[in-house]
Amino acid sequence: MPTQPVWAALCRLTISTMPVKFWQRAAALTAWVAVWQLAAVSLGHGGLFLATPIQTLQALVQLAPTAVFWQRIVFSALRILTGFLLAVLGGLLLGALGARWRWVRIFIEPAMQLIRAMPVASFVILALLWVRSANLSVVVSFTHVLPVVYAGVLGGIADTDPQLLEMARVYRLPLITRLRYIWLPGIFPSFCESCIAAMGMCWKSGVSAEVIGLPDHSVGDALYRAKITLSTPDVFAWTLVIVLLSALLSTVAARLLRAIKACLCGEVQA
Amino acid sequence: MSIVIQNLCKSFGPHAVLHDFSWTVDRPMVLMGASGCGKTTLLRILLRLETADSGTVTGVETPAAVFQENRLCPYLTAVDNLVLTGHGLPAAQARTELQALGFTEADLRLPAVRLSGGQKRRAALLRALLCRDAQTLLMDEPFTGMDADLVRDAAAATHRLAGERPTILVTHDRTAAELLGWPIREI
Repeated sequence: MPTQPVWAALCRLTISTMPVKFWQRAAALTAWVAVWQLAAVSLGHGGLFLATPIQTLQALVQLAPTAVFWQRIVFSALRILTGFLLAVLGGLLLGALGARWRWVRIFIEPAMQLIRAMPVASFVILALLWVRSANLSVVVSFTHVLPVVYAGVLGGIADTDPQLLEMARVYRLPLITRLRYIWLPGIFPSFCESCIAAMGMCWKSGVSAEVIGLPDHSVGDALYRAKITLSTPDVFAWTLVIVLLSALLSTVAARLLRAIKACLCGEVQA
Repeated sequence: MSIVIQNLCKSFGPHAVLHDFSWTVDRPMVLMGASGCGKTTLLRILLRLETADSGTVTGVETPAAVFQENRLCPYLTAVDNLVLTGHGLPAAQARTELQALGFTEADLRLPAVRLSGGQKRRAALLRALLCRDAQTLLMDEPFTGMDADLVRDAAAATHRLAGERPTILVTHDRTAAELLGWPIREI
């Protein structure tokens, strides 16, 4: 039997496609929490520079029962999600127009490039000249999500099976039927992926805008206040809240989109 | 109504696939020829998916087609695929015809993506045959991937459901062509 050379055994570049088990994820997370704890303890100063996981949890436990905490979450979530939804609608519309007419795509592209390249801080400072700080996160999350969804829609339209489109043409399927059974399933994977990525981005950009614009009753304002009062555990607690909200809403968005697609396209499970 | 093809020419670069091709199809007919002789190109021109370099085509009214590929919506069942393009085809009729071509109850519940190659081909064939407003049928190798028994059943269904409509069935399988009993044109 031919033996495998040593270098071949050492240089295996295959990635396992086996699903990651829950305990494996939990073990990885625990390891990172342990690293965090060790780093915080070694830096010392009672968590002034790096709060420990326990301090973060204690801060969260103190914040969570207060009405102000939930008021801030609702305030920020409403505005960030409004920006997100407007950007999804805008991205769908512009993506469809861009796919249909090349000149629209050419016209839109520089604006999208500019938005993609522009730092959040520059955009926030400009946007503060145009809108009240309370609505800043709507504008910022909208502008940061729009190019992502637009690219997702364009990519999805390009991925739609041309053979099915020919079949639809030959069989004289009405536009609504084509949209429902051919375009929508074709666009969906890329659109869904872009929406999930955009959900994370809109929280990042929206809260960054709030930290600069400091609208009252916002999460960004709370984060800033925690920073200037050197309440590092509070900064960590609010950051944890943002990460959890972003992850939760990404999951909800993905499930909702899948359910809508299955319902609209009359799909059966494979 | 007849399909009338006159002096059709089509080249891909220097390679001429159809040269001065004329044919009148007023009933179901079989078109046979070796691979690469332009059969599929002819059907694509008739379906207005390709343009001819010269020549004319008339009489291809509201066609239904079996493409070289199956082209089924992958996450719909076979019945749903047939109803989708059937222009008023009742699901019960689609179901009955699919069962007549060997689909079991379990197969009928599966999305097209999970069907075997032969099942997909039979669904694609029935989609064309059961399209209610189709006045012309254009079928490109519809029996591909079927064993001898299935070819016999599929040919019988094709013969029954095509009726007297102008039909062009492209194949290189002489046995299948003879089973249909339709006039054969060599290209």
